[in-house]
Amino acid sequence: MDAIILQILNGLDKGSAYALIALGLTLIFGTLGVVNFAHGALFMIGAFCAVTLQKILGLSFVTIDETQKDFLGNPLKVETPYVDSWFGPDIGASIIDWSVPLAILFSIPIMLLVGLIMERGVIKHFYHRPHADQILVTFGLAIVLQEIVKGFFGANPVSTPAPELLSSSIDFGVMLGFAPNAIVYPAWRFVYFLFTAIIIGGVFSFLQFTTFGMVVRAGMADRETVGLLGINIDRRFTLMFAIAAAVAGLAGVMYAPINPPNYHMGMDFLVLSFVVVVVGGMGSLPGAVLAGFLLGILESFASTTWATTTIPGINQVIIYLVAIIVLLTRPRGLMGRKGVMED
Amino acid sequence: MLGLKGRDITLFLIVVAMVIFAPFLLNPFPADSAMAQFNAGYPDLMQRFVIYGIFAIGFNILFGLTGYLSFGHAAFLGVGSYAAVWVFKLFTYDVIPAIAFSVVIAAIFALLIGYISLRRSGIYFAILTLAFAQMSYALAYSVLSNPKFNLTNGETGLQVYEGDPQMFHSPDLPNMPHLFGLSMRANYELHLGAWAFSFNAGYYLAAVMMLVMFYIAIRIFRSPFGMMLRAVKSNQTRMTYTGLNTRPYMLAAFVISGVYAGLAGGLLAAMDPLAGAERMQWTASGEVVLMTILGGAGTLIGPVLGAGFIKYFENIFSKIDDSILHG
Repeated sequence: MDAIILQILNGLDKGSAYALIALGLTLIFGTLGVVNFAHGALFMIGAFCAVTLQKILGLSFVTIDETQKDFLGNPLKVETPYVDSWFGPDIGASIIDWSVPLAILFSIPIMLLVGLIMERGVIKHFYHRPHADQILVTFGLAIVLQEIVKGFFGANPVSTPAPELLSSSIDFGVMLGFAPNAIVYPAWRFVYFLFTAIIIGGVFSFLQFTTFGMVVRAGMADRETVGLLGINIDRRFTLMFAIAAAVAGLAGVMYAPINPPNYHMGMDFLVLSFVVVVVGGMGSLPGAVLAGFLLGILESFASTTWATTTIPGINQVIIYLVAIIVLLTRPRGLMGRKGVMED
Repeated sequence: MLGLKGRDITLFLIVVAMVIFAPFLLNPFPADSAMAQFNAGYPDLMQRFVIYGIFAIGFNILFGLTGYLSFGHAAFLGVGSYAAVWVFKLFTYDVIPAIAFSVVIAAIFALLIGYISLRRSGIYFAILTLAFAQMSYALAYSVLSNPKFNLTNGETGLQVYEGDPQMFHSPDLPNMPHLFGLSMRANYELHLGAWAFSFNAGYYLAAVMMLVMFYIAIRIFRSPFGMMLRAVKSNQTRMTYTGLNTRPYMLAAFVISGVYAGLAGGLLAAMDPLAGAERMQWTASGEVVLMTILGGAGTLIGPVLGAGFIKYFENIFSKIDDSILHG
């Protein structure tokens, strides 16, 4: 029992990332009708927002301390981060320590801006083009973004640790009444899951309970009629694209401590997220979230030693295998609607 | 001529001429001049032009004619490469059996994957083919290279080692892929004034293959079968209403295009007897989609040009770095 709970928990963090990316993809597909292959790149940019903020906060100036000597006998050069000297060493150190959560605030405007520029600059021109063209242009965009990031940050993963307080593990089993050390789970992953739940809840309630969201939902159902009613639906859809970009970016920011970000992390997630979207059903938001968590947890179960010794390599292929089975038995995915993408 | 008509003859002859004279056409700059870095007429790159040309022509038969976007075509290329290297390892370095075997294996693979994937259309078909290709990639990369059953040699890539059986290999034959004793790396350098042109045996073998495959593609495009595939693209529902089962036609197109990819994979292995799993990764599949659309999907010559364009920029422009710009 404790092993099962542990695997479910292990699957949650990957599942959360899949769910957030797939949610954004579905939002874009449902509103603009665009297949966005650059979505993985947005996830990656989000992660690098965290890296950037950490680097900015870590910027320091050098002073020469005459009282101390280094091993050659010369006066010691001391590096002091600017934030330390501005806010005093205690607050400064904790600001640097909490750079990843701070990056959430830092990344939202950046991601919204990136999303707006992308939509207005490139994707706008591809609304009525075939899906193959959209895939091509966004794929190209993804490669360009990826290479830019590679140019700035290099090809190696940049480690972005979580705050000291959250980088330990919590003994989750004790809380549920199991033996100590049965279920030990890193605190940050728990935070990641909670964060994902909040974002998903936020997006759904935004669509469900605001006028803006209602108009967007109406536009998803029948764009033409909404347009005929005198509502500028295109502008709202552009904003939805920016929001989807921000969702992907936030997923990336919070994922940075789990896996040190590298420039191709977006591509690694992109394909799986597409599989998630299709398994969930094209154009269905709850489907994307459900399939994201489901596949994340399945992947974690398939990675157990028991599974890999029974069927070697199952952990590598489980998601694709499930996708194939789902598509062959339920042509529209788990929760897909009729008439979406069936031309 | 050869069953071709009018403009097709002209097109085919132009392609033949371009392929034959490629060593000249691709080397317009004198060998020692500063512009020489834009010369593409070296054997390795010329081989890649025609081999990826074959790959793109084959992809175009599926995508250009039927509109079915396969996002896992690189799997057939990878499988073809592995098959060819296995023939090198077990039997002989002669390229003919290796290429034949890679084509057969790719065809079987395409038949299996196509039979299942073609149950769906549109983006669902794309994701199904992608899933199969990624599965093959993941398996080739990890599980199929365990010590007990080493089919792919994992990360290192499958290659020919000293201790391999090579049953029909004899010491007087070259110790690399060859065509009846003519090494694929045999190269003849022609110096004309300041210019240097290289004529490579491997390139001309691949080029002949490409011309044959290009000819077959023209015939497919102009045949009733090609017409049928185009009808599927324009309106599949109407085709079914007329009482016609489109599945066999689609499957045939899928297998043909898989065979092209397998041949390209076999040729890649024949030029350099090495096969790695990264040839099957989805970015490789994306590349062929890119080539085809860039050149013009559904046109005859487009995919070849697209393949040449992408490979040229990939190899020539990515070479330009700081040392060349500021050096």
